[in-house]
Amino acid sequence: MSENKELRKKLLPLIEKNSRIGIDELAVMLSEQEIDVANELKALEEEGIICGYHTMIDWSKTSIEEVSALIEVRVTPQRGLGFDSIAERIYKYPEVQSVYLMSGGFDLMVIIEGKTLQQVAGFVSDKLSTMDSILSTATCFILKKYKDHGTILTKKYEDTREMVSP
Amino acid sequence: MRNPLSDKVTEIRPSGIRRFFDIVQEMDDAISLGVGEPDFDTPWHIRDEGIYSLEKGRTYYTSNSGLKELREEICAYMRRTQGLTYDPMTESFVTVGGSEAIDLALRAMVNPGDEVLIPQPSYVSYEPCAVLADAKPVIIELKGENDFRLKPEEILEKCTDRTKILILPYPNNPTGAVMDREDLEAVARVVIDKDLYVISDEIYSELTYSGRHVSIAALPGMRDRTIVINGFSKAYAMTGWRLGYAVGPQLIMQQMIKIHQFAIMCAPTTSQYAGVEALRNGDEDVAMMREEYDRRRKYLLHAFREMGLPCFEPFGAFYAFPDIRQFGMSSDEFVTRLLKEEKLAVVPGTAFGDCGEGYIRISYAYSLDDLKRALERLQRFIARL
Repeated sequence: MSENKELRKKLLPLIEKNSRIGIDELAVMLSEQEIDVANELKALEEEGIICGYHTMIDWSKTSIEEVSALIEVRVTPQRGLGFDSIAERIYKYPEVQSVYLMSGGFDLMVIIEGKTLQQVAGFVSDKLSTMDSILSTATCFILKKYKDHGTILTKKYEDTREMVSP
Repeated sequence: MRNPLSDKVTEIRPSGIRRFFDIVQEMDDAISLGVGEPDFDTPWHIRDEGIYSLEKGRTYYTSNSGLKELREEICAYMRRTQGLTYDPMTESFVTVGGSEAIDLALRAMVNPGDEVLIPQPSYVSYEPCAVLADAKPVIIELKGENDFRLKPEEILEKCTDRTKILILPYPNNPTGAVMDREDLEAVARVVIDKDLYVISDEIYSELTYSGRHVSIAALPGMRDRTIVINGFSKAYAMTGWRLGYAVGPQLIMQQMIKIHQFAIMCAPTTSQYAGVEALRNGDEDVAMMREEYDRRRKYLLHAFREMGLPCFEPFGAFYAFPDIRQFGMSSDEFVTRLLKEEKLAVVPGTAFGDCGEGYIRISYAYSLDDLKRALERLQRFIARL
């Protein structure tokens, strides 16, 4: 796999902000050949560097219920496996959005999304805290998202400039 | 009652942009590629310093020339970008935007009847400011076939024994043209030979896409003949802060500061504190914005090619200046019809001088999505012609 470092450096930040820019447009804006951009994107996907093309949704503006919570989890690491095996047991649940190994006062940060508070609470009490090596959990519900993935959710960009100026 | 007005002022033509602006204002759903300012907000850390200065109660005048820290940062900037040394105390001062500095430089340097060479198309205020300073503005009509660069022979053609000042507006608004080192060297030779002074308006100096900007002041023999005007508006997206500066030989700065002191007192204090932060810690923001403009620039030029709109490649500022002569109508007519038929506002080239006839100015200080939407309209309009 040939890796074009320069192209990667330009390409990744650009599509991280907007994955909908077409290959033709990317090529124009980066002064590259379309085929090179297409090949690089394919390589990045194959190497698992590009992991998906998701849509950012502010669910709170819809009528669809959604509850999310951060759960701080303390665990006993297992000999020979460290935190990996317990992390795997946790991340296999589809309601779990993210699992991070953390430095500091707890070990794993689990981000979970559910339809209702009860659903999230049920997951923590029934599934998570009953796992063998889990010592404790602290669940923090997210009340309001101001900014997510570098995008401000609470107000929309408005062009307040004069329409024409010298 | 007597006529309360000055003949000199009433004789100045109102800005061509103003008239057009009034038409655009009346349309509800028009979109625009007509602005002359960045679409980015001022970076937060810069705004935060402005706010912090207010919280601390920094609400007084600064010295006439501006905060010492700011002048030191300005001179440090000139040193690191151009290798030019200016004394912060006597060879630099802070103005209310680059516009004020243009006005002051002209007023400080011309005697009635002195001739000022103004290359056009260019920013709208040089000519009226020259007139207000009792100078005789002499227009150099830049040519499309030179990509709107200024050629030494064009200076010589218009030079008389009354010629004193050359205004050098690069990177250029509205054309997006830049002057490379070689272009500047040729101009500098004529300037020195004819014993002229240069007012170099470098407000777009941070926005170049083919190598870094070169100031004519950095060429041999030019430092003491050049007033460099720059500011924070374009580089740091700070138009509303009204903050600019001038650097140059003490002899001239002293007199400019004298007018500034009587007319203005000092540039806004809040803005000056924000400006210190911009020059100290704003390089990354500028680089980010420059990259973004460059991508849009490439996108725009590609779109022009696709729709069959000829345009030389602009390497500076955030404007393109496509050639509309093939459509057989004046810039004014083109722009008015584009606005009426497609509700898209762009600025006619003639707003920047008569020799802008046959061109329109398109700004790419817009998000990619806005650009796309606007270019669809432009494409549709052209396809019908």
